Amino acid sequence: MMTDAQKRAIRIDLQLIAEMVEPGSRLLDVGCGDGALLDYLHHDKQVDGRGIELSAEGVNACVSAGLSVIQGDADQDLDDYPDQAFDYVVLGQTLQATHEPHNVLANLVRIGKRAVLSFPNFGYWRVRTRLLFGGKMPRTNSLSYDWYDTPNIHFCTIRDFVDLCDQMGIAIERGIALDHNGGELRIGSSMRFANLIGEQAVFLLRKF
Amino acid sequence: MGLILPGLYLFLQKLRKIAENRLRKARKMNEQTGGQIDEGGAPLLSDQDVGKQVTLGVDDPLRLDCGVELTNFSVAYQSYGELNAAKTNVILICHALSGDQFVSGVNPVTCKEGWWDLVIGPNKLIDTDRFFVICPNILGGCMGTIGPKEINPATGKPWGLDFPVITVSDMVRAQALLLDHLGIEKIFCALGGSMGGMQVLEWAVAYPERVFAAVPIATAPHHSAQNIAFHETGRQAIMADPDWHGGDYLSYDSRPHRGLAIARMVAHITYLSEPALQNKFGRQLQDRDAISFGFDADFQVESYLRHQGSTFVDRFDANSYLYITRAMDYFDLAERHGGGVLAEAFRGVDTRFCVISFTSDWLYQTAESRAIVKALNAVAANVSFAEIKSDKGHDAFLLEEPEFWKVLSGFIEGAAERYGLVSQ
Repeated sequence: MMTDAQKRAIRIDLQLIAEMVEPGSRLLDVGCGDGALLDYLHHDKQVDGRGIELSAEGVNACVSAGLSVIQGDADQDLDDYPDQAFDYVVLGQTLQATHEPHNVLANLVRIGKRAVLSFPNFGYWRVRTRLLFGGKMPRTNSLSYDWYDTPNIHFCTIRDFVDLCDQMGIAIERGIALDHNGGELRIGSSMRFANLIGEQAVFLLRKF
Repeated sequence: MGLILPGLYLFLQKLRKIAENRLRKARKMNEQTGGQIDEGGAPLLSDQDVGKQVTLGVDDPLRLDCGVELTNFSVAYQSYGELNAAKTNVILICHALSGDQFVSGVNPVTCKEGWWDLVIGPNKLIDTDRFFVICPNILGGCMGTIGPKEINPATGKPWGLDFPVITVSDMVRAQALLLDHLGIEKIFCALGGSMGGMQVLEWAVAYPERVFAAVPIATAPHHSAQNIAFHETGRQAIMADPDWHGGDYLSYDSRPHRGLAIARMVAHITYLSEPALQNKFGRQLQDRDAISFGFDADFQVESYLRHQGSTFVDRFDANSYLYITRAMDYFDLAERHGGGVLAEAFRGVDTRFCVISFTSDWLYQTAESRAIVKALNAVAANVSFAEIKSDKGHDAFLLEEPEFWKVLSGFIEGAAERYGLVSQ
């Protein structure tokens, strides 16, 4: 069980995701890692949570902590779930590592009444300037890999993501850009600005 | 005529000597190799201590899948720990093919530790100071529950092959009757490996309201062709033994020990992994420096398997082996409960599942467990699934596997918390 200090230590995007989730709801966390979000939501919001995690270490850590987690993969295993099986499906910092992000996204809003996503923003100004002036692939806090060893294979910017949602008929209920210091900026009329200062973004989505 | 009679006498004497020599050789070999040949007829499982025993089907018979109704039949079981006042701390352990009800402590028949003594006991992973752990001997078994070696009341003789063919569903229904008899409505957690896992799956699907959490370990939703093939080989070995007498060996005061031992030897290979066998035995010779150019147990692995075979026949009934392997072959959860679709079998089941497999288990491979998980996901059931890295093969679930134990313990704790069983 997590201590208060540990709870406070959950990743900033996960905190934001947790805030968007109604207490007592049913939730599936895709790419749940060590289960920090699930554990937090179980204890603080009485959420009936499940998880999917790719790494065996992550899965074993989660199940050992009493969480309902299976070994699986966002590209392969979401097809198994029925429509509207959960109130929320969460995909935290995983979209960019999937093979077919659009199919994953379609599955998220199919399985969940709502989907909550976070992803690193490739339109972030440090990314842009490193590429523009450095001429090298960007490395930032949320993109900490070299180009050759990164699991992140499908980057997008906030604007790209919003366009994809439009194309796929997915409604954005909330969109928040997080700057380098975790400061929040609502993504709405100031989309271009959010796309520039947001190091990562969190979206609450549902099917139209 | 005067020459023929003494000639015949000498000839018969010669024959007797040959037979005695062979028997002596066989006995010697038996001692050397840990048992290969058994003469049969030894008292088996007659007056042994089978623990607690109840008679079920007194008011209502148990209607088996094959159509036969069983009345007034015995079920033996063991229990450990105390049932709490609310009867909420029940853990059901379902044993595998060659297991029995003695999961913890010392097994009075084998005088060895119970088969899951590593996991179950006071202050152990499944803490009997906290939980009421119950393990029934399965229907068709040979440790006090009705099976082919028990007396058929209709004939006054052992059932033998007149015993009805049973299924895993029948086993579970008998267990449900036992719990009814004990006044236990709901199981907090049902656990079992191999065929025990099949029973756990059957429990959750047949009685979802009675099972809060279920842990099917190293198991499958049905038997594969390979599983059936290995079982058939074992059954044929038993039935090919002349001491089997068409299943009526008890009337002849004999036992098909050779056939049963071979069945066990074949099965035992399937419980281990190739690397485990290789690491344990390799090509090492048994008590000798060179190969013998004969068919003695030259290699350690041969001696080991012979030992496994010969110790098994002391505690297991050959006909039980036939019936139980048949029940496993017939097991098909999707066919029975889902109209052929596994996910349909799980529809409406709100039991918390924890499916566990082992990487080196080639008898019930991870793919089988994954099929269970996929089906559970298809109905958005509550499921955890961990594949444990191990080189110990199918038997890993019985052995010391710290990662497995960590997952198992975490799952039970998490389930207990959600069931309102507060940790002490």
